Amino acid sequence: MAEIRLEQLAHSYHRAPSQPGDYALRRMDHVWEQGGAYALLGPSGCGKSTLLNIISGLLAPSEGRVLYDGKSVNDLTPQDRNIAQVFQFPVVYDTMTVHENLAFPLRNQGQSRERIDDRVREVAEALEIESLLARKARNLTADEKQKVSMGRGLVRDDVAAILFDEPLTVIDPQLKWRLRRKLKEIHQRFNVTMVYVTHDQLEASTFADKIAVMYEGQIVQFGTPRELFENPQHTFVGYFIGSPGMNLLDIALGETGLEFDGRTLAVADSIVARLRDREGGRLQLGIRPEFVQLVAPESAVLQGYVDLVQDQGTFKIVDVRLDTPSAPVVKARLGEEVIVPEGRTGVHFPETWQRFYVDDRLVEITHETL
Amino acid sequence: MKPYNNKAWWLVLPVFVLVAFSAIIPMMTVVNYSVQDIFDPSTRYFVGTEWYREILADPRLHDSLLRQFIYSFCVLAIEVPLGIVVALSMPRRGLGVPFSLILLSLPLLVPWNVVGTIWQIIGREDIGLYGWILNSLGLDYNYASNPRDAWITVLVMDVWHWTSLVALLCYSGLRSIPDVYYQAARIDRASHWAVFRFIQLPKLKNVLLIAVMLRFMDSFMIYTEPFVLTGGGPGTATTFLSQTLTQMALGQFDLGRAAAFSLIYFLIILLVTWVFYTAMTHNDNKE
Repeated sequence: MAEIRLEQLAHSYHRAPSQPGDYALRRMDHVWEQGGAYALLGPSGCGKSTLLNIISGLLAPSEGRVLYDGKSVNDLTPQDRNIAQVFQFPVVYDTMTVHENLAFPLRNQGQSRERIDDRVREVAEALEIESLLARKARNLTADEKQKVSMGRGLVRDDVAAILFDEPLTVIDPQLKWRLRRKLKEIHQRFNVTMVYVTHDQLEASTFADKIAVMYEGQIVQFGTPRELFENPQHTFVGYFIGSPGMNLLDIALGETGLEFDGRTLAVADSIVARLRDREGGRLQLGIRPEFVQLVAPESAVLQGYVDLVQDQGTFKIVDVRLDTPSAPVVKARLGEEVIVPEGRTGVHFPETWQRFYVDDRLVEITHETL
Repeated sequence: MKPYNNKAWWLVLPVFVLVAFSAIIPMMTVVNYSVQDIFDPSTRYFVGTEWYREILADPRLHDSLLRQFIYSFCVLAIEVPLGIVVALSMPRRGLGVPFSLILLSLPLLVPWNVVGTIWQIIGREDIGLYGWILNSLGLDYNYASNPRDAWITVLVMDVWHWTSLVALLCYSGLRSIPDVYYQAARIDRASHWAVFRFIQLPKLKNVLLIAVMLRFMDSFMIYTEPFVLTGGGPGTATTFLSQTLTQMALGQFDLGRAAAFSLIYFLIILLVTWVFYTAMTHNDNKE
């Protein structure tokens, strides 16, 4: 059990990295506290697995340090770090039975037979594979094998942390949900640090207390699911979290205030002043589809036409094509009971939920006026 | 009922003809010889199983059969473990890969009789590297006069010639193991031995099955190399089954007896190969 700290960590698969694009992981500092359940969320190729392999020691970072409880483990092998890792695809020892598979990490530690037996039964019970214990691992189905792989990760109770690398990829959806619950239970029971890599936001938010969102080799935000939803620190978080993702509109600072596609948006002077302070290039306004309101055309600054309505059963997603020169689409997520206007409609963004981004980074604004 | 015709048989015919000429007809000719005593093309007698009974009681066959089994056993006992060790120590990436692959393929490309000639020279105590070194070390080595030395030389020659095959097969098997298995083993704190025992060896099983069968069949039928190297001698020390058979069939022109011999020879190889195969695939069918 340990707190895992990453210090000035960076990694490149190139021999002589020269530009930021050469890095699979850009320089980062990060702390996973002891006993937490964390998710590492991001699209394919963002560096999640690289980061995980560096934490476990399968990969040596090109720069920076990994510390367990304040001690550098850079020079330690995975064996010596005493860490468990479950991989994306099942890895079982074919010639062993399920029991022997689960017992293998403990046997390698030289634990007593009774103790091994107890632990194996406990883990098998938690994963509901007791009935398979006597069978050869070779003959199991893919999801049974993956449970055995997970079991080997969970069976040691003295590990610094358990790392999961998209472990439920091969599992069918029904079972996925149950296994996630199981992992959560196991986490609560054993109080061990868990880091769970996934590209599925639902998986991340049901498993983890805090989620680290990765994008292009960086952790762009670390927070609770609610924080990620309400206050995306980066346009990528806004776009990646939520269904559908955040609406992002390019805006500009004009003489009189904020301008969008030739219209002047009504925003508080304090916000305009705050944005003027910020040097930088691209300025964007972000708003979650959940907070977009469709109102009467005359009462809004922005108007458009309802382009498409997707009824998702418990909510509707409405695409509104604005009638400004570049005709962008704004998505609104409305409750099932809301009547969707046909044809022309006004679009309103409540000020509390407007977020402003300079070069993709959030500009902190306190809405003290509201 | 569906309309029914036998036209599909025409499609099977080419294979049937091919197999008939390559295997069935020659073999039936041998069967035919083995039950007759032939003096000349017009004088022949049907003798039933007499040749078989005579051959099975022939001490020459017993001796060379025993020699043959010991030889094949030694070949497998040396080449299979050695091949695995070589494969395990081969580089997995970089320039060393093509280099070691070429190096290992070289012995396999040398024709059998050339291998025999090479070792005939290498084994000589005056100009041969191998014979000279052994004699310089104070060992009294002479493959032409000492049966033990002749045996060792034939074995070493076979190991030199064929271990590469086992190594290459194992290497291809090892390369097909995904990295994640090794990673999982490191996480599970497996020892090197455990990695070999529980990851590499099980994954090598199929190629090893092929390697064992190929090496058994080839070594059991070995002819050219010892024939060139020792001519079966000294005495009959290195006279293996195939050479005994050749002497009988071509040397003495004893066709009936030789035919019965070759059928028994064939059945032994078939039987042993079947036993190997069954033993090694036996576990697959179990829970």
